Amino acid sequence: MTDMLDVAMGNVGEAPETSRSDWQSDQEVRWCPGCGDYSVLTAIQLLLPELGARRENTVFISGIGCAARFPYYMDTYGVHTIHGRSPAFATGLAMARPDLDIWVIGGDGDMLSIGGNHLIHALRRNINLNILLLNNQIYGLTKGQYSPTSEIGKVTKSSPIGATPRPFNPVSVALGAEASFVARTHDMDRRHMQEVFRQAYLHDGAAFVEVYQNCNVFNDGAFGAITKKVAREDMLIDLRHGEPIRFGGENEKGVARRDGGVEIVNVADVGEDAVLVHDEARQDPSTAFSLSRLAEGPHTPTPIGVFRACQRDEYGRTVADQIAEVTASRGKGNLSALLRSQPTWEV
Amino acid sequence: MTDTVAPPDALSVDKVIVRFAGDSGDGMQLTGDRFTSASALFGNDLATLPEYPSEIRAPAGTLAGVSAFQVQISDHDIMTPGDAPDVLVAMNPAALKSDLYMLVPGGTLIVNADAFEERNLAKAGYEDNPLEGSELDAYRLVTAPMTSLTKEVCKNLGVKPRDAERSKNFFALGLVSWMYSRPSEPTMEWIDAKFAGRDLIIAANKAAYAAGHAFGETAELGHQRVVVPAAPQEPGTYTNINGNTALAWGLVAAGELSGLPVFLGSYPITPATDILHELSKHKSFGVTAFQAEDEIAAAGSALGAAYGGYLGVTTTSGPGVALKSETISLAVSLELPLVIVDIQRGGPSTGLPTKTEAADLLMAMYGRHGEAPLPVVAASTPSDCFNVAIEAARIALTHHTPVILLSDGYLANGSEPWRLPEVDSLAPIPVEFATEFNHTNADGEPAFWPFLRDENLVRPLAPPGTPDLMHRIGGIEKQDGSGNVSYDPQNHAHMVAVRAERMALIEVPDVEVVGHPEAEVLVVGWGSTWGAITGGVRRLVNAGHKVAQVHLTHLNPFPKNLGEVLARHDKILVPEMNMGHLARMLRADYLVDARPIGKVTGQPFTAGEIEQVALGALDD
Repeated sequence: MTDMLDVAMGNVGEAPETSRSDWQSDQEVRWCPGCGDYSVLTAIQLLLPELGARRENTVFISGIGCAARFPYYMDTYGVHTIHGRSPAFATGLAMARPDLDIWVIGGDGDMLSIGGNHLIHALRRNINLNILLLNNQIYGLTKGQYSPTSEIGKVTKSSPIGATPRPFNPVSVALGAEASFVARTHDMDRRHMQEVFRQAYLHDGAAFVEVYQNCNVFNDGAFGAITKKVAREDMLIDLRHGEPIRFGGENEKGVARRDGGVEIVNVADVGEDAVLVHDEARQDPSTAFSLSRLAEGPHTPTPIGVFRACQRDEYGRTVADQIAEVTASRGKGNLSALLRSQPTWEV
Repeated sequence: MTDTVAPPDALSVDKVIVRFAGDSGDGMQLTGDRFTSASALFGNDLATLPEYPSEIRAPAGTLAGVSAFQVQISDHDIMTPGDAPDVLVAMNPAALKSDLYMLVPGGTLIVNADAFEERNLAKAGYEDNPLEGSELDAYRLVTAPMTSLTKEVCKNLGVKPRDAERSKNFFALGLVSWMYSRPSEPTMEWIDAKFAGRDLIIAANKAAYAAGHAFGETAELGHQRVVVPAAPQEPGTYTNINGNTALAWGLVAAGELSGLPVFLGSYPITPATDILHELSKHKSFGVTAFQAEDEIAAAGSALGAAYGGYLGVTTTSGPGVALKSETISLAVSLELPLVIVDIQRGGPSTGLPTKTEAADLLMAMYGRHGEAPLPVVAASTPSDCFNVAIEAARIALTHHTPVILLSDGYLANGSEPWRLPEVDSLAPIPVEFATEFNHTNADGEPAFWPFLRDENLVRPLAPPGTPDLMHRIGGIEKQDGSGNVSYDPQNHAHMVAVRAERMALIEVPDVEVVGHPEAEVLVVGWGSTWGAITGGVRRLVNAGHKVAQVHLTHLNPFPKNLGEVLARHDKILVPEMNMGHLARMLRADYLVDARPIGKVTGQPFTAGEIEQVALGALDD
């Protein structure tokens, strides 16, 4: 690496200890009071000191939307880019600077509509990014239009008699792109968020996390049926690696295989041995995909937690390895020799 | 096969223009390229014009599938691939039909007689075989049964007839090389290297070349052999270079000169793709060549890498610039360095992807939302692409701004001899990253203000990872100085003014007027028209006409003396491969009667065309 970046890339050894306030910028947070984004911000600002992260090596990249204001509130490096393009910007940064911890924050419109292409390719390439998709199933910043995750029939200003297109399931999209780390959490449970974010941070490669996030102004209560405290036991299926997938107040319900997919069962009906044991490290994403299809929307029992966490080559490193190998075998490039690499003649 | 390059009985001429034309599958680009390389090594000055259809394999034998390569070789300094070919090689009826009109009267016409059979004639729209009628009587016709003779010589080598047929372009090359006394060794060496390990192909190509050469020697062609002596050139080491290779090498050089690793984000698009190919080879220079998922990601990733402290570059053509424009505006707002290379082609939309045009200048200048000025530079010859790539990077890295570099299909694929610069003579590009606080807050705490500017209104860059200098930037309007989000009306007006002022502070060398010292007519050009303008103006000046030229590398900002130079001349002509982009800019900026001379046929100007319009202007 070039000397020019010696200072920027010179941070090695143990990071100094930090506290939550070290991660808070001096900018006033300007989300609507009651917005779910606040709890995500708090979760991150509490988690990063715990993880021993370095502030100067942490970068938040966002696109456009309410969630995309995130970088301004972190006392780290940050860039608020343009609508949909944060994964593309972050891809270049991550390839250039493997020493950085890069978080990409955006909403459902930003990442699944205008920026859908960049998201799936960042996941396909397995770029070393922590991607948080704050899904509120609505366009908030433009004041309430249906989004690519809004349910069929959603009445908004741009769909006065109901939206008709089928919504994306973000976890299914990510698994379809063969993301190496895919998880879901929600803004009503900080501990769950932090645990999922921790695993995303520790994952090598692209880590995708869908966060169910309430927009209390334009889509209030979109996830209430599954995230409010009284509903959680019966409506949230918490995936834990290596454990049978069970839920319900008495753990009486579970998930079992059926017809090549999975279904929700009463454990008493099928027997404990029939309950699927969650294996997040499975290379074949088919079972994880089936789990993501268990719920059509946030109204029936819905899996949360880590769907998939497996190892495969991180793209930036494979590119850097090729550069290193070629440089080792041919020696460092010589400009004068390059200019003479085609046939030459002397006058 | 003998290799008497300049036989004593050869007629010496000062230049010759040869055009190879055939079906897309006939290997005409390769044939032209080989003829060019041999001529370059022989010491001629030269200029080339490859022309090929956008279809990879249009239906064989049709007019749509004709691919051609024109080269001018000379014993003196030339600027263009020539106005009209002296020699046309037509490998099939379609090539004859589409390109014959270009050939000078009395010119040499070499045809592959085997291809003139019923089906091919019909596909080209000939009712009768033109080789049998009188319509070609105005030319010196050489008919050679190239396909059958090539098959014949390959038979003994054990090459299958189908494979042998594919070597017929080497027959044509051998024949033309004999007629124009070109050395054979460079081509033989090239065949050995190119097809290493495929002995049958090597043998077939060499045999076909030799057969063509022998055909010239033994057939009673009734043609004088011709030689074009070497051109006097400045002492030095030369190579034959095309614009895209020169541009790619310029970017590598800019990385070395600035001490920054190069990150290329690119998406394949004609005629820019070869830059991606070339930079993908140069990993040992630390170049990261990233083939992105689309044009937008290509620009976005390059900007992300630039933020990380790399020299960020994205290469494309006009449609790609349109897609990248939002990202380019972000770079304007973030004040990050980024080099955007636009290899222009005929538009709008898909237009003429393989033909040249220079109609993106106004897009480069103004094709963004909001007030988003940026520097624009343009290359004038294939080898100049090297210099201009370094210049674009220099401006980007010293003024922290996106820069658009304009080249075009003609420069990209055309080639010329290039006297290689001494690497030590290339000026370093000074780059400095911030490492310390630059401000003290009201409470006495030291701070880093990302938009606290220097005397050139350039802001400091602190790549992520720099201890203590954590800061946020974004596309939202920011307070000058602190960089914090600001919706203050006066601040926005101030920032718009600052972004404009930043352009004016970029140092640009003055333009030089070349030609008659008391010129009435000034021909103002930019980009690849340099060769045709220089050729045309030189002819007129040599004939005593009061004509001169200036040629612009910097289109934003303009050179400081340009207004004064324009004011000194009565008549200002602006030849451009568009409908008058620069002419409009000159009119707007300097209130002069700049007359647009447009050409939008997908082909470059010829020197003769420039000569004619300048003569016409002298008369009115």
